Amino acid sequence: MTFRTTRRGLLKSGIAAGATAASAGAALANTPDPLITELQDWASGTGDGVDATPYGLPIEYESDVIRRNVEWLTADTISSINFTPIHALDGTITPQGCAFERHHSGAIELRKDDYRLMINGLVDQPLVFSYADLERFPRENHVYFCECAANTGMEWAGAQLNGAQFTHGMIHNMEYSGVPLRTLLEEAGLDTAGDLAGKWVYVEGADASSNGRSIPMEKALDDCLVAFKANGEALRKEHGYPVRLVVPGWEGNMWVKWLRRIEVMDGPVESREETSKYTDTLADGTSRKWTWVMDAKSVITSPSPQSPITHGTGPVVISGLAWSGHGKITRVDVSRDGGMTWETARLGKQGDSKALTRFYLDTEWNGEDWLLQSRAIDETGYVQPTKAQLREVRGENSIYHNNCIQTWHLKANGEAENVEVS
Amino acid sequence: MSKFLNILGPAVGGAAGVLGLAYVAADQFVADIPSVAPRMVTFATAATEAEETDTTAAEATPATPQTETVAANTSGFGLGRPALAEEIAAWDLDVSPDGTGLPEGRGDVFTGEEVFAENCAICHGDFAEGVDNWPVLAGGFDTLADKDPVKTVGSYWPYLSTVWDYVNRSMPFGAAQTLEPDDVYAIVAYILYSNDLVDDDFELSHENFAEFEMPNAGGFVVDDRPETEYVNWRSEPCMTDCKQSVEITMRATVLDVTPDEEGSGEASSMSHDSGTQMAAATPAATEVPAAEEPTAEEPAEDAPAVQVAAAAAIDRELVKSGEKVFKKCKACHQIGEGAQNKTGPQLNDVFGRTIGGIDGFKYSKGFKAAADEGRVWDEAAMYEFLSKPKSFIKGTKMSFSGLKKDSDLEAITAFLKANGG
Repeated sequence: MTFRTTRRGLLKSGIAAGATAASAGAALANTPDPLITELQDWASGTGDGVDATPYGLPIEYESDVIRRNVEWLTADTISSINFTPIHALDGTITPQGCAFERHHSGAIELRKDDYRLMINGLVDQPLVFSYADLERFPRENHVYFCECAANTGMEWAGAQLNGAQFTHGMIHNMEYSGVPLRTLLEEAGLDTAGDLAGKWVYVEGADASSNGRSIPMEKALDDCLVAFKANGEALRKEHGYPVRLVVPGWEGNMWVKWLRRIEVMDGPVESREETSKYTDTLADGTSRKWTWVMDAKSVITSPSPQSPITHGTGPVVISGLAWSGHGKITRVDVSRDGGMTWETARLGKQGDSKALTRFYLDTEWNGEDWLLQSRAIDETGYVQPTKAQLREVRGENSIYHNNCIQTWHLKANGEAENVEVS
Repeated sequence: MSKFLNILGPAVGGAAGVLGLAYVAADQFVADIPSVAPRMVTFATAATEAEETDTTAAEATPATPQTETVAANTSGFGLGRPALAEEIAAWDLDVSPDGTGLPEGRGDVFTGEEVFAENCAICHGDFAEGVDNWPVLAGGFDTLADKDPVKTVGSYWPYLSTVWDYVNRSMPFGAAQTLEPDDVYAIVAYILYSNDLVDDDFELSHENFAEFEMPNAGGFVVDDRPETEYVNWRSEPCMTDCKQSVEITMRATVLDVTPDEEGSGEASSMSHDSGTQMAAATPAATEVPAAEEPTAEEPAEDAPAVQVAAAAAIDRELVKSGEKVFKKCKACHQIGEGAQNKTGPQLNDVFGRTIGGIDGFKYSKGFKAAADEGRVWDEAAMYEFLSKPKSFIKGTKMSFSGLKKDSDLEAITAFLKANGG
């Protein structure tokens, strides 16, 4: 074993790792493992009965797999964001209970009975739907990622936050059940709108922020979903219960929660969230607007700063997530030397369009330093850029849409650190 | 329907498309006829569910069998009901750059200064300069190309309509949609003045609104990534010898701004042994403590025995509804374990406390005067203050307009008491 620890934190986990090492090296063990040879309580007594937890939560040993926020980012948690613990998850579906939250005026409590959805503006018949009405339309199921435009936004000027949760955790991926927005627009009738090519749909929420956004009609009629279930159950309060808008592949701010009104319009409203915020300032001081699509991006979730290697040298699974707002992920490459050489990773399963794709590189680690990177390629042939490439075009003040290649420095002791490389 | 098919016809498929076509085939409906009658069944149902919906229309039209409803509806399903004009007026508040959507009204800079001081200054500062991490609204001109651009209404926002719309619908924080149109005009006029964009005798109204062009109106380009980025980044990537060498140029741990999951003051984020798991949850639990259920059975640990007995007598239901009322206060006040001063002072043990008596909190003059007089928070004072804050303490910075219902006042009092008050 070349595995060594130097830091206090790792020493602590090293205790656990020591036990693992003993059992992992079973061929060398000359004392029997008491977990096997001695009768354990759980093998003799009984466990909880059914209904011990009518709605189950993760077992206590997983209590560190939680959303976390970065307090200095915002003035108050009511208008703030927290981060999905992506470093501790596998597969692609994000459980609702640890999927990141972003509120502009807090998560409100809105009963289904009190829910109303209005469609007005340039429609043949302005309509009001109850929640029950929505469940009577033909509905669809789709898995989509929802990524905040500001994900990785704190990393523009340099490596700043030490953990995949904090650098890339403004994302979640769920299976939504809902009614296509086009079905509802069609129900209200679009003849009045005339030529739909230049028309817009303005959507807003029932909370105090309203968080209104303008969406071009083409997108509204394409794949937007008025969703009321996620991962099979009702949306959580913090994700817009009872109804939110799903805008596949586009920035999370447009996925209006507590959706209450849809207005067909001649032009964009140019609301606060699409002018003063969610616009990307370039080096020369001009700003891009309407940068809706989330470009292809990936990150290695393990090993990563919050998910170090504790099992010593030998076989290791490098694992991560990739996604693109332009469609399917077709390939992910991994580099262990900071981008000098690349090898193609294995996809957990073939990528779904505008959804998270899990990738793995099953390899060996001999305790050497690695500069780990991943690079996503989507079905349009777009290759995830380096931070240098992004800065060359945009400078460092864009805040939003930072989809750069991330680097983790894996050290001999198994720890990983967020670094920037030349 | 026909427009929809023209544009996206080939994309229509699946159950929705098939069903839609089936209904269209049975369509006898003429588009110009108001669709109240065919929607009748649904409307009647919806109306009985709604507390505030005008049911006159429902009663006026006899219900028709549902099968007919569906068949007669050109749009497809006959679900939902027509939106009433009053309902649209209540919700359709957005204002477009050309001023469409603005209500009639006016407000000048002087009025704006007062209204702003009352409603906005507590977070945004008397001169719109921003308090703590709250947004700065003024200044920042010619900084957009700097290393740290100062993006304010004056330096960044491209349309005045956005300011009006946002103030009208979403401000003040915690009391949205309580301002009258004239107040909104006045506040917007004052924000322009604080940005040196108008003189102090300026009055903003629905009449002169559209004339105003913001300084950064021309500072935006529509997403040009397809031309500036995609064309260059859609190519086969390098696999070997992509660089001669690699060096680490920056490390996140040097900055040490990552939230500490262990609460140990060390930047380490190793949390794999069970000993750190519970600690890990603590610094991340950022919900206002008041969100946790305050029950009479669980008084603060250090509460004297007398208070425990008193707390036990408090009606739990009342405390619970008080907790709901407290949502109106949460934007500025914390209460419960670990409560700290935020925009407003923390509210633990408020009853019996000297009015304006929290050390280190920046009170308004009115509160300082009350403290000097030695006035103390009791039930009567709290009732009076919370029903009309600005008449109880002249010049209070608290922008809350007051609780109107006695039941709310009673509930919030119970809730405050349950938290050691």
